[in-house]
This record gives sequence, structure tokens and C-alpha cells, in this order.
Amino acid sequence: MSESISTNTAGIQPRATGRLAAPNIPIVESPARLIGQFFEWFGNLGIFFWQVTRAAVTPPYEWRELVRQLDEIGSKSLPLVALAGAAIGVVISLEARYSLSRFGAKSLFPATLVYSVIQVMGPIITGLVVSGRVGAGIGAELASMKVTEQIDAIEASAINPYRLLAATRILACILMLPLLTIAADACGLLTGWFAQALVEPLSFHQFVESGFHGATFNAFLPPTFKTTVYGLIIGLIACFQGMRTRGGAEGVGRAATNSVVLASLFLILADVVLVKFILVVFP
Amino acid sequence: MATEYDVPIRQGELEDSGGAPVVAIDNVYKSFGVHKVLNGISLNVGRGETLAVLGRSGTGKSVLLRLIIGLDKPDSGSVRIKGQDTLVLTLDQLGEIRKKMGFLFQHAALYDSLTVGENVAFPLRHHRREMSQSDRADRVQHLLAEVGLEGAVNKMPSDISGGMQKRVGLARALALEPEILLLDEPTAGLDPISSREIDDLILKLQREHQMASIVVTHDLFSAKTIANRLALLDQGNVVIEGKFEDLQESNIGFVRDFLKQS
Repeated sequence: MSESISTNTAGIQPRATGRLAAPNIPIVESPARLIGQFFEWFGNLGIFFWQVTRAAVTPPYEWRELVRQLDEIGSKSLPLVALAGAAIGVVISLEARYSLSRFGAKSLFPATLVYSVIQVMGPIITGLVVSGRVGAGIGAELASMKVTEQIDAIEASAINPYRLLAATRILACILMLPLLTIAADACGLLTGWFAQALVEPLSFHQFVESGFHGATFNAFLPPTFKTTVYGLIIGLIACFQGMRTRGGAEGVGRAATNSVVLASLFLILADVVLVKFILVVFP
Repeated sequence: MATEYDVPIRQGELEDSGGAPVVAIDNVYKSFGVHKVLNGISLNVGRGETLAVLGRSGTGKSVLLRLIIGLDKPDSGSVRIKGQDTLVLTLDQLGEIRKKMGFLFQHAALYDSLTVGENVAFPLRHHRREMSQSDRADRVQHLLAEVGLEGAVNKMPSDISGGMQKRVGLARALALEPEILLLDEPTAGLDPISSREIDDLILKLQREHQMASIVVTHDLFSAKTIANRLALLDQGNVVIEGKFEDLQESNIGFVRDFLKQS
């Protein structure tokens, strides 16, 4: 028997013919329905954000759970973020040396590396790595708790799940992203310098002097602290996707996947806005 | 339009010391999309009384418990806990009501990242913050002893059987010394011996704590053992409410079929 879904030219909903096919599910959603779902999703996300914010600012505060999440999201992401930062440092070093040599601007290598890592690559790479590791983890964990009624059990125990589960995780993401970004930047600069030093002599002192010459806090702090917004996006979307899950193991898998995909997508889109914002506010 | 369910319904006779029922459900309707689950249900439960809610799968028994504890809201009608309408309460006020209630979920819903002891201590940790660690540990040991699981305090939920998980869920539900106990299918999925052990445990706890209890179950024998009154649901309606003998004497076709098949 065919595993495919047969289409019906008379405009009647397709009939499932195979074991894997779901009956009575239209293949193509109507555009109006898709637009409706799009706005519904954003509306629900807004309501969720409001509920979490309200829960987060009212006592009792869940310090113990916050500390646990800071460790889970921060400390345990550090090796991965450091490794990603180190790799990016080497890549930029190799690319920059080649490109700058072509234009006879090799003396600009330290500044190019410093600015590329700290202003551009460090924050976005940290955001994407944390989005993959933490976003999927939070999405799957909360979704699993949802489908096994553990979140209902928390609520039935007169404990606000938005405060205990969502606010702590989102706050931990917000607080940890800048620190992880600094770690990624540091690793990137070290490995970038090391990769250059292997090819031609360049002391670390010389590299730092030249790379940070004339740099102001405005050049480095805003790009680092914009990652608090990445943290908000990662935590908010992962918690939202996890806590609204339905449908057993399949739902848990879908929540984990959607958490990573949507958080990464919104993170990149937010970066466009944030870069422009920083250029305007911190020229 | 009159149906075969239009028969006199006996309301709860056991009431709390103030005269009002502890749990009063009045004319509650609940739908999910086009699917009507509860169709104007009214039930009362008094202090020290156990009401068993019976019915086929999908007749809204578990939904009824979720409405009582405020996990879902009815479309219309009222749910009063100790005289307070839960629908008009703020989240904090509802929280205070929930502290007076214990809920045993159908699949126990234990926190799978915590040990058995931590599961039982969970409500205490959040609502008895003034309690010292040693007092909390003593209370957890006492609760686990009540459900016959003294030795399981450091085990993970995944390492114990379904019956033991239900017992842990029961210990957790009792942690805050609730006045109302809601039990969703306490014997579902258990072997007959474990089921009877759970029944005996519920009876013992009832005698000791004098709570108002609502037990949702398919298990007629269990309902007969632990409940003062039984309510049989079908298509979102209470078909009959009364003692087990009242159900046995009923001439309603559905009631006779249900008793025959159980």
C-alpha cells in the first residue's frame, strides 16, 4: 500500500491512505488561517511574558532555583561557548591575515581581530551556542514536565509555575549571556593571537596594545551587554514553547526543536535591530 | 426536555461545622471546543465525607477535579470552596485555597528530577519556609511512614513501582495537612492487591484526618470501599447520586448497565 496521501481534485479534504498518513488533515493551510495563527502565537507570547514578569517581581522569590539555573545555564555552557569562541578566533585570524596582506594592511590585524570578535562574532556565536544547548534543554525539560502533569502539580501545590520555572530560567539566561560572551571573546582573542603568533612573531602585549588602541567603553560594552536581549529571547521562547506543549513524546520533541529554531531566528533578527540601535545611541 | 436522568438527586448530607458544604459545585458547564464535557453538574461534599465520582472514560470526571482546584475554569456555574467562589478570587487568594487542598494526580505527577523525599518536602519547602531543615526531614519521614514508604526517601521516582508512586503522591498531597483531598483514579493501573492497599490507606487517612474527599475512579469496588456517597456521571450529567445501595436499587438503564459491567 502506498504511504503517500492522495490529493483530491474536487476540493475535498485529502484522505489518508497509508499507515503513516493522518486522516482529514489538509495539506495546505489557508493563508488566512496561517496569518491568524501567526498573530495568535505572538499574542500568547505577549501574555506569557506579562505573566512571567508579574510573577518575577512579586515575592516570594525563588533564589534557590535561580542559583541552580545560573549554574545550569552559565557554568555548564562555559566549555562549549569557550570552544566556539576559540574556534572563531582562529578562523578570523586566518581570514584577516590573508585579506589584510592583500591590501598591505597587516598592521591592522590586531584591531581587526579585536573588533571582529568583540563587536560581532563573540556575541552572536555565544547567543547561537546557548540557544542550541540551553534553548533545547529548557524546551524539552518544561515540555516533559507539562505532558506528565508536573507543572499542574506545581500549580495545584499553590506554587506559581511562572515564577518557579519560567522567571528563574529567563533571568538566568539574561544574567549569564553577557558573562559567557566575555568568556567567548577572551578565548577568541587568545586563540586568534596565538594563530597569528605561530606564523610571525607578535607578543601578546604588542597585540593588546595595538588591538585596543584608542578603544572606548562605548565600542565594547554595548555589543557585550546586548546579549542580555539574546538571553531574554532564548529563555522566553524556550519556556513559552515548553510550557504550552501538548501531545506526549512527539510534543516534547516538537517543543525542543521549535525552541532552538525560533530562538535562533529571533536572535539573529534582534541582532539587526540591536546593531542599528547601538550605532545610533553609542556612535 | 425530560430525560431518563431527570430523577431526584440527593445532595451531601454531611456538612462542616459551619453548616455549609466544604466543596460546593453548582450548575457547572465546561466545553473544550465543540465537545461538551460537563453539562450543568451540581455536587456538594461535607467535612469528613468521601464522594466517589464514577463514570465511563471521557465523561469529565478528571475535568471536574481540575475545576475544583482551579487548574481549569468552568464556562458557567460556580465552584465554592469553604464558601468562597474560586472564580472571583485573585491568583494569590486561589493559592491560599489551594494550600488547603491536596491533589493526587492519575499518574502521580511526581517531579522526576527530585527524590521521593524531596517530592514530599516540595510543598513544605515553599509554604513552610520557617520550618527548619530537621523539622522538615522529620515531617517527610512521618508522611512517608503514613503511606508505608519509610525506606524510599532517597529513591528516585523512576526507581519505584506505580503503586509506590501513587503512595508518594498521596504523601505529597498530605504534606500541608489539607482539609480537602482530591484523588484522580488512585487505583488505576494497579494490580488488585496494590489497589486494595491504596484503598485501605485512603480509608485510614480519612479516619485520621477527617478531610472532605472527592475520588474519581472507574473502580466500583474501590468506590464502594472508600466512599460515603457515589455520583455516577454520563454525558456530562450526574445520572444518580447516593449510597451504593441507592445505585443498586436504581431502575435507570445506564446505572444498571454500569453496575453490571463493573
